Amino acid sequence: MSDNKEYKFSDETLATAQRIIRRYPEGKEKSALIPLLHLAQAEFDGWLSPGAMDCVSALLKIQPIEAYEVASFYSMFNLKPVGKCVIEVCRTSSCWLLGAEDIVRHIEKKLNIHVGETTKDGMFTLKTVECLGSCGTAPMLQCGGDYYENLTFDKVDNLLEKMKSEDKRRVYTKDDMINI
Amino acid sequence: MGRKLLLANDHIEGIRKLDVYRKHGGYSSLEKALKTMTPDQVVEEVKASGLRGRGGAGFPTGMKWGFIAKPAGVPRYVVCNADESEPGTFKDRYLMERIPHLLIEGMIASSYALGARTSYIYIRGEYFYVARILEQAIAEAYEAGLLGKNIMNSGFDHDCHVQVGAGAYICGEETALLESLEGKRGNPRIKPPFPAVAGLYGCPTVVNNVETIAAVVPIIKDGGAAYAAIGVGKSTGTKLISASGHINKPGVYEIELGVPVEEFIYSDEYCGGIRNGKKLKAVVAGGSSVPILPADLILKTANGESRLMTYESLADGGFASGTMLGSGGFIVMDEDTSVVKNLWNFTRFYHHESCGQCSPCREGTGWMEKILHKILDGNGTLSDVDLLWDIQSKIEGKTICPLGDAAAWPVASAIRHFRSEFEEYVRNGKSIKDVKHYFRLNQVAEA
Repeated sequence: MSDNKEYKFSDETLATAQRIIRRYPEGKEKSALIPLLHLAQAEFDGWLSPGAMDCVSALLKIQPIEAYEVASFYSMFNLKPVGKCVIEVCRTSSCWLLGAEDIVRHIEKKLNIHVGETTKDGMFTLKTVECLGSCGTAPMLQCGGDYYENLTFDKVDNLLEKMKSEDKRRVYTKDDMINI
Repeated sequence: MGRKLLLANDHIEGIRKLDVYRKHGGYSSLEKALKTMTPDQVVEEVKASGLRGRGGAGFPTGMKWGFIAKPAGVPRYVVCNADESEPGTFKDRYLMERIPHLLIEGMIASSYALGARTSYIYIRGEYFYVARILEQAIAEAYEAGLLGKNIMNSGFDHDCHVQVGAGAYICGEETALLESLEGKRGNPRIKPPFPAVAGLYGCPTVVNNVETIAAVVPIIKDGGAAYAAIGVGKSTGTKLISASGHINKPGVYEIELGVPVEEFIYSDEYCGGIRNGKKLKAVVAGGSSVPILPADLILKTANGESRLMTYESLADGGFASGTMLGSGGFIVMDEDTSVVKNLWNFTRFYHHESCGQCSPCREGTGWMEKILHKILDGNGTLSDVDLLWDIQSKIEGKTICPLGDAAAWPVASAIRHFRSEFEEYVRNGKSIKDVKHYFRLNQVAEA
């Protein structure tokens, strides 16, 4: 199963993939499946098309179905195209107690989309997600691996503005993620 | 001020770095274990400490370690459960983000005790930036000869790797975690065999929570007896509590087990009381899965004794009037909170996170969510409340893993302690429907 696009990891990503595969005992390379699907998602526009998943299963020498069944189980894998910035608002427990529903409604209004949809310009996708372990700093949202906490409407507005003006794809595997 | 064993140095600038961590005594426990103790002696100290699993179940760690099978020629594994997904829990994230080397040191020491040549830290995918922090710490440890071959000239070889998940609450269940670590869907396995006999790749494996493994470091440093001297009865040592909800000072607190709940909620040293001068309505004391308790029962047991932050005291009275320490995810709700709507939020969560293997959980969680939605929408009947009770009772204890129980207990406890609130929704649902069910953000703007 594949579309017309060619799915091939860059040399750099391939080296990372090989480094990850070496963490597991010989014959147990399939253990690298989830980390490699993350790499594929980051490499191929933030979502896993069948072609992107096939690229991973070929690398791990497993059947394509083994990658599909795993990708469809875990909520972080997008099986449809997404915007450059996937806004994931925590909706569980303490975030809910402290106004997550209002944050979601505010973003829906601001971006003129509903949860699960992508803006026409392809900039934003809005998702709600389950507890992200940021309950002490609720309400919160995540985008591209970064946590944005203690949200207010103003903070959300500024964040969306900033993301829009920077106009870049935010994905989980970016190297400048930590500032020690 | 209570003693701190894990977070004593979390405020020190640069403690994330190996050199700063070592300057403050870091890796001295590992050195002590490798140079002066046999693996069995380390296990004995952990047994003597009375340490119990900090992920939620509270199973004695030393006993779990004692179960590990040691067939000749078969590798053993230590796996750290850093999948922290229990709603209301964020202590492991805090610990790994602040003091990653404490976990790495614990991993190496635990692996030495258990004879594991390789260990994995399975961290939830959403904690991607934390995984990066851990990877940097591991790289530093390799460079300093604390990982790899012949660690500290002891002859002990060890490799430690980080593995990220991809968003699934169920992977916090240890056998689902192992499935996920093997590159599969996170469907829990039927036990037995337990991981101690057949875990990762079918080999003997110990799976421990982040905080549990970190606690091994102070246990080696001061000895199991010193650790056991802290706390009350079988609740020994310190525990990280993630405090959140309607309190003045949310955050992660390391407490000596045995602090009174009332002190924990109202003292300025911890939660600092209920925000906006409101009254306490209810508490979920150990993550969303444990029974919710109304204010009077969380502060005092049914016998009128002061409730303490210990495994035993929180469970006093069984589920009729008690709850569980669980993961230490302490969620506080003020007088304006709708227990029914909060329950809907939790139940929706379990429905979403059920892996779908066992029918009672897969179907039951969905039915409960729908019935709660109906009640909240003002279309419920009194028999719906009984139906909810009936469904939860048919999930509990009838599934492969404890997610079924975790979905059932919040429903049972909410009905047990707040039945009148459900009935109020049934009687006056149409008028309650449009009322603010919960704290609204615009109240902040208005205030």
